[in-house]
Amino acid sequence: MTVAKGRKTSEVSENLRGLVAVLRRFSVFLVLIGLCLLLSLLSERFLTLSNFLNVALHASIVAITAIGMTFTMLTAGIDLSVGSIVALSSALSAGFIVKQGIPTYPAIALALAAGTGLGAVSGLLVVKGGLPPFVATLAMMAVGRGLTLVYTHGWTIPIMLKQFTFWGSGELGPFPVPVVITAVVFMAAYIVLTRTRFGLHVYAVGGGEETTRLAGINTELVKTSVYVISGFTAALAGIITAARLWSAQPNVAAGLELDAIAASVLGGTSLFGGVGSVGGTVVGALIMGALNNGLNLLEVSSYYQKVIKGIVFILAVLLDLYTKGRK
Amino acid sequence: MPDDAPILLMEHISKSFPGVKALDDVTFQVKKGEIHALVGENGAGKSTLMKILTGAIPRGSGAIYLRGQATEIDSPGRAQALGISMIHQELALIPYLNVGQNIYLGREPRGALPGLIAWSTLYAEAGEQLARLNIDIVPSTLVASLSIAQRQMVEIVKALSLNADIIVMDEPTSALSERETETLFNLMRSLKEQGVTIIFISHRIEEVFAIADRVTVLRDGQLVGVAPISEVDMGQVVRMMVGRELGEMYPKLVLSRSEGEEVPRQEVILRVKGLSRGRDLRDIDLELYSGEILGLAGLVGANRTLLARALFGIDPIDQGEMWIDSRAVKLDSPQKAIALGMGFVPEERTAQGLFLGMAVRQNITISALGKISRLGFVNFRQAVGLAQEYVQRLNIRTPSLRQRVRNLSGGNQQKVVLAKWLSLNPKVLILDEPTRGIDVGAKAEIHALMSQLAKQGVGIIMISSELPEILGISDRIMVMHEGRIVAEFQRDEASQDEIMLYAAGGEGSNDRCQG
Repeated sequence: MTVAKGRKTSEVSENLRGLVAVLRRFSVFLVLIGLCLLLSLLSERFLTLSNFLNVALHASIVAITAIGMTFTMLTAGIDLSVGSIVALSSALSAGFIVKQGIPTYPAIALALAAGTGLGAVSGLLVVKGGLPPFVATLAMMAVGRGLTLVYTHGWTIPIMLKQFTFWGSGELGPFPVPVVITAVVFMAAYIVLTRTRFGLHVYAVGGGEETTRLAGINTELVKTSVYVISGFTAALAGIITAARLWSAQPNVAAGLELDAIAASVLGGTSLFGGVGSVGGTVVGALIMGALNNGLNLLEVSSYYQKVIKGIVFILAVLLDLYTKGRK
Repeated sequence: MPDDAPILLMEHISKSFPGVKALDDVTFQVKKGEIHALVGENGAGKSTLMKILTGAIPRGSGAIYLRGQATEIDSPGRAQALGISMIHQELALIPYLNVGQNIYLGREPRGALPGLIAWSTLYAEAGEQLARLNIDIVPSTLVASLSIAQRQMVEIVKALSLNADIIVMDEPTSALSERETETLFNLMRSLKEQGVTIIFISHRIEEVFAIADRVTVLRDGQLVGVAPISEVDMGQVVRMMVGRELGEMYPKLVLSRSEGEEVPRQEVILRVKGLSRGRDLRDIDLELYSGEILGLAGLVGANRTLLARALFGIDPIDQGEMWIDSRAVKLDSPQKAIALGMGFVPEERTAQGLFLGMAVRQNITISALGKISRLGFVNFRQAVGLAQEYVQRLNIRTPSLRQRVRNLSGGNQQKVVLAKWLSLNPKVLILDEPTRGIDVGAKAEIHALMSQLAKQGVGIIMISSELPEILGISDRIMVMHEGRIVAEFQRDEASQDEIMLYAAGGEGSNDRCQG
């Protein structure tokens, strides 16, 4: 009898602990819900279906980029070049079609390849050159933006071709195409990180690179791959950006790296590697999107928005440091 | 006699690093199914030899024969495939992966599609492996939540699951309490019965004699000798390691006992009353006299380090009072503690006590800069003088004051940490595992230094997990168990058994503990 009783109490405390764990796990969700409640109190236009889709649409560029960023951050790296890759792939995809007359899909493929290639260069600089990821991708950030300006001569490239703009402005049923693409990218990344050997090895490299190497895993390949992935997702976001704006603007997505890193960190990805999930990252991106949208609805000047974003980013990092310190 | 044929023969191995000859024509032979101890001071070449064996670094010259066959081991993966596993001193598990993921890292069971992992198989097999060695850990437990001892068990399971029949253990007991060490030894014995060969690297001679069948001694990269443990005694082995007579391993003991001199106890220099912090530290009363060495014994989980940190103002406390020199003080920051004459040598000296990339001089003088600078400018000549003084006084072996601390041996690094504190003339010095991972020679020097300091009136609190060390050089011994002080002994009253009993929580409550 006493045994049975003991088991029962331990079950209760087990459940309680489980609940706490679940709450902690989904705390970023609670933040998102709280933010939405706050914004709907402040502006009656926030809580409408069309606005929600607007938020999702807005968040999709950040979300797709941040998913790639999460891969690099899980290996204790970072990718500062994502904003420039977005701009480059915008310019190349639109330009190849409009200026070079290449058919839409080959043009998109080439732009994706260019962005992915830039990511591969970052990866090789980190792995073979031994550069800190911060330095390698900072350099790529300048190179990518520079190449964009070289290619566009600093001019915006307009593109009206329906076949192209569909990927940013079209709709599948009720859903904007970018939202659908985000969902697909998310599913793919989720499966890779939770179900595959490669995904586990990404976490392992971030948790202990030497250990992982000694376990016979090709850590150089893993580390290069995450920059390739990040380059690919940024390039994809770039194509969607051009298709949404009906034009490629050479200065588009400046500072996007901050949104992407902030989304990852808000979503629970550690700056020190080894901890995080793409699910959290997507919610983090939605928080950034809702914040953006809310501030627009409240007619906060875009200059102040930058300040607020910076502060949110610092708070997210502080939260990460704080929870780490208490572990 | 297949049993006598060496399972492993490393012949005429040499290896140089820039500026150092790490191994010089070393031949190392291990028989199947034995526990073979590999000993030597820091820098003797043990780790280098084992890194070559496990494919972490390439050998310079020489040959390796495994089960009689010439073998190339050019990568960790190759070593694994050959059945050689190493359990590293810095535990090589990934904290934010779980136990099962760690055990099968790099060879996850394949799932239905290429690249996928069969998670259920992985956890089931990990569970079986753990059960086989009677280890009570659930495979889905996050490694970060395990104790050091448990992590070590997981490492061993990992090695065995690789079908390793040669396991190298690099200082496996350095982070374990005595009881955990005993558990580990039992595990090692049962592995031996199953025919597993174990190469055991340790600084603790007592352990070598407790567990090993044979011992190989290295010194300065050269082979000094090999012997069955039954044919040598500790003195001989230590002599082979250090190349000289074992001086006094525990000088204070020998010194004061032989001269019949009690170290004079003087006034209370530090007094603590009712110190508590959450569940970690509970109602701690403590008095430290000037000129005494107070040994703090306990198992892992006794929270001795947390007590040290609280005393030094690193972690905030919930309640409790403190007096230094009978003046009530409130310690809420290390700066304040230092200003009041306290010093703290942390357990992890490389991470918390040293600036590895900086020179010996800078490391020694960094805390004393106030004394040797004016208007913010450091007086270079005084800095050199101060550093020089301590290098001589503590016999720090370094080619120059400009040498980076990273390049010194563990013992000399620890002396640099001590020098840093001594330059501030502390009244109270807290030493957390001051001789962990330090070779016998340097250990004796550090012990000698401690008793010299005590003679000069410094009060020393020493945390140590080595009972012989605690018994050897403490004037008074306090035993902690789960955040409480559960017993106190004068040196003459204390015995290893009794301390262990209290440390393990054996003597349930406080019937003889208040002192």
